[in-house]
Amino acid sequence: MSTPTTTAGHAATPAWKEWILTTDHKRIGVLYLVGAMAAFGVAGLMALIIRAEQMQLGMQIVTSGTQYNGFLYFHGAAMILAFLIPGLTGFAANYFLPLMIGARDVAFPRINAFSVWLFYFAIILALLSFVVPDAPDIMWTGYPPYSITTSANTSMYVFTVHMLGFSSILGAVNFLVTVIYMRAPGMGWNQLNMFVWTTVAAFVLQLVFIPVLAAAVTLLLFDKYLGTHFYDPSAGGDVLLYQNLFWFYSHPAVYVIFLPAVGILYDVIATMAKNRVFNYKAAVYVGIWGTVGISGIVWIHHLYISGMPDWIRLGHMVTTLLISVPVGILTLSLWGTLYKGAITYNTAMMYAASCLYLILIGGLTGIPLALPSMTLHLSETSYVHAHFHFIMALFSAFALFAGIYYWFPKMTARYADGPLATISFWLNFVGVNVTFWPLFIIGKEGMPRRYWDYEMFKDVKVMGFYFEQFHMVATIGAFTIALGMLLQTINFIYAAFAGKPAPTNPWNSKSLEWTHTVSPPGPGNFGDTDVVVDENWSPYEYSK
Amino acid sequence: MRKLLVAMTGLVGGVMLSGQAFAQEIRNPAEEWEHLWDEVMLDITVIGVIMTIAAVVMLIKYRATSPEQVGTAKKLTTVQSISFALIPASIFMADDFYLAANGWTVWNAYRRVPENAMEVKVTAYQWYFEFEFPDGTIADGSVGDDDKPQAIKLPSDQPVVFRMTSEDVLHSFGLPDYRVKEDIMPGRITYIWINTAKEQNTAVLQCAEFCGDSHSQMSNPIHTVPRDEFDAWLAAKADE
Repeated sequence: MSTPTTTAGHAATPAWKEWILTTDHKRIGVLYLVGAMAAFGVAGLMALIIRAEQMQLGMQIVTSGTQYNGFLYFHGAAMILAFLIPGLTGFAANYFLPLMIGARDVAFPRINAFSVWLFYFAIILALLSFVVPDAPDIMWTGYPPYSITTSANTSMYVFTVHMLGFSSILGAVNFLVTVIYMRAPGMGWNQLNMFVWTTVAAFVLQLVFIPVLAAAVTLLLFDKYLGTHFYDPSAGGDVLLYQNLFWFYSHPAVYVIFLPAVGILYDVIATMAKNRVFNYKAAVYVGIWGTVGISGIVWIHHLYISGMPDWIRLGHMVTTLLISVPVGILTLSLWGTLYKGAITYNTAMMYAASCLYLILIGGLTGIPLALPSMTLHLSETSYVHAHFHFIMALFSAFALFAGIYYWFPKMTARYADGPLATISFWLNFVGVNVTFWPLFIIGKEGMPRRYWDYEMFKDVKVMGFYFEQFHMVATIGAFTIALGMLLQTINFIYAAFAGKPAPTNPWNSKSLEWTHTVSPPGPGNFGDTDVVVDENWSPYEYSK
Repeated sequence: MRKLLVAMTGLVGGVMLSGQAFAQEIRNPAEEWEHLWDEVMLDITVIGVIMTIAAVVMLIKYRATSPEQVGTAKKLTTVQSISFALIPASIFMADDFYLAANGWTVWNAYRRVPENAMEVKVTAYQWYFEFEFPDGTIADGSVGDDDKPQAIKLPSDQPVVFRMTSEDVLHSFGLPDYRVKEDIMPGRITYIWINTAKEQNTAVLQCAEFCGDSHSQMSNPIHTVPRDEFDAWLAAKADE
């Protein structure tokens, strides 16, 4: 076993150049984090505008329906493609996966640098949609024929997807090769951190399914600008082809976000509870890989109201319900990891504990949506909107924040914990509940998604209150989250420069990123001696 | 399981007897939806409460008393590992198939149109619906002279089936009070039917698939009225 040693710093190149041209996986990880948080900020601002507009009947904030649709498009596309996916598989995977497996870098550092460049180009292109006269207004799903007939600039959407997709495919190849060939000598497959397993699963999904999305949006581009008719029924095409291709990727994409978030949660909980992962092999081989296996045969549940044949809607009802088996095993394993633990509470563990609640609400509210007969009514209502925010947006974002607090001492040698962290956590946690519970309630009574006005429901009452009153509560919740996120961002920046100094292994973790390297690790990660582990080593072995 | 078998036999029977009249009573999908909703809510509430109690108890009970304390969970034996995977998986699958069977039963109520249903053809445009009744009368759902979307009337003594297509982009025919919606697309024809037996003048028709600028204004009131009132309304529409 090696002892942690410091390595010499970089040569005397200007710092900015060092960062832009870096091929170090840790710096690339930080670049992903900065870009993802920037996207989160702008997309969050869009969410505030959307909520403020819905707070009252009529048009108050935006100047036209098209402008509102543009904000909605940006919010969805940026949160999924530029915040959650890059935050989890860009930042977290880049910075910590090589450290966790004892590798000195990823397999192809220059390709890794190219991936993050592509990500930044894509963010810039997406942001340009605020300055062009015809901003995309096609929602993040981009369904034709609207995305083809609209005067708005669909090509910006398509090229953004192309760049991010290319970036993700390169990342996928890079990380799969890294995990397969660059694990520390002696490290078997059953000794990997859960985060490593979930990231591998996410990248397998990206590698298999992104080409389908790329094909779908490319045909959109051809139809709109080159006069082809892939999606045009008047010339023999089919509008449903796009929806099938799109969701064939985009349902697995949910797991590209969900699985690494679960992985972070495992590492935080196992470390803070000083406990081994409960039923590790079942969680990995049934939970994670079962989810991957089933993810490709459930996409029709996004098309339950799209006029697909009855037999395929019923078939996908069964496969969709069966997702509960692998996800249920993962959930039991997470719960079991608390059993007989020795839990220490800090900001990371508070976020992790709140994730247990978010995964329950988000997962269970998905069960009605697995039934086509239920979805005939619930589809396209704010019930769906609240459901996927709980499971995808809130759960995954909270898991990412848990990870940031957990790994903050590794990245900066300082704690991010403190009064500001605690206050912002509670603002965020209360805020998300105040925002999304009202949307479940009015969604069940028919409140549609993607509406800036709901005049037709102005006399409808639920539990004695008008829809408008529910929207008002939801908007208050959204601004509570905004305050929480603002304080949290201030806290991160403050803590990075002036936070309380932390020792090398502040949580007494057994995982390699804490035991075998300094904080922050220098180039090459592990000093002069390579990491070697024996067959009894495990990142979760605390009790002996 | 019994319900699943019944549903499956029902489907096979339906295929074999296709074309022949089913002597069936007219079901009410919206009521069956509410019933299924209550059942599913009970199901997920039970799971949710059990899991929440388990999490809260463990999060409180297993707090560390000193920084050096470590967890004491034993490593599972092979038999325990497999049991902790197989038993929960069986429970989840049993619940899944139970829900699937119930969902399937309600699905059949939605998709099997009663024999005596009145057919209304719907064409969707950006941003209004157009209705063609069996006698050829066309009711235009766009905004009327009073600047409000006009009400569409339906007879209460006959179920109504809507056969729908679009002339431009995607739309969706959403009737939240009847707990149903289905997309409307160019180049394809989709259908939904509703049980109109209960007279009302508060139901809302709304577009539920994103269709651009005025998506949130694409809506009509739907009134279910006695036959003579419907006939009078239709005659007035024919004269327009």
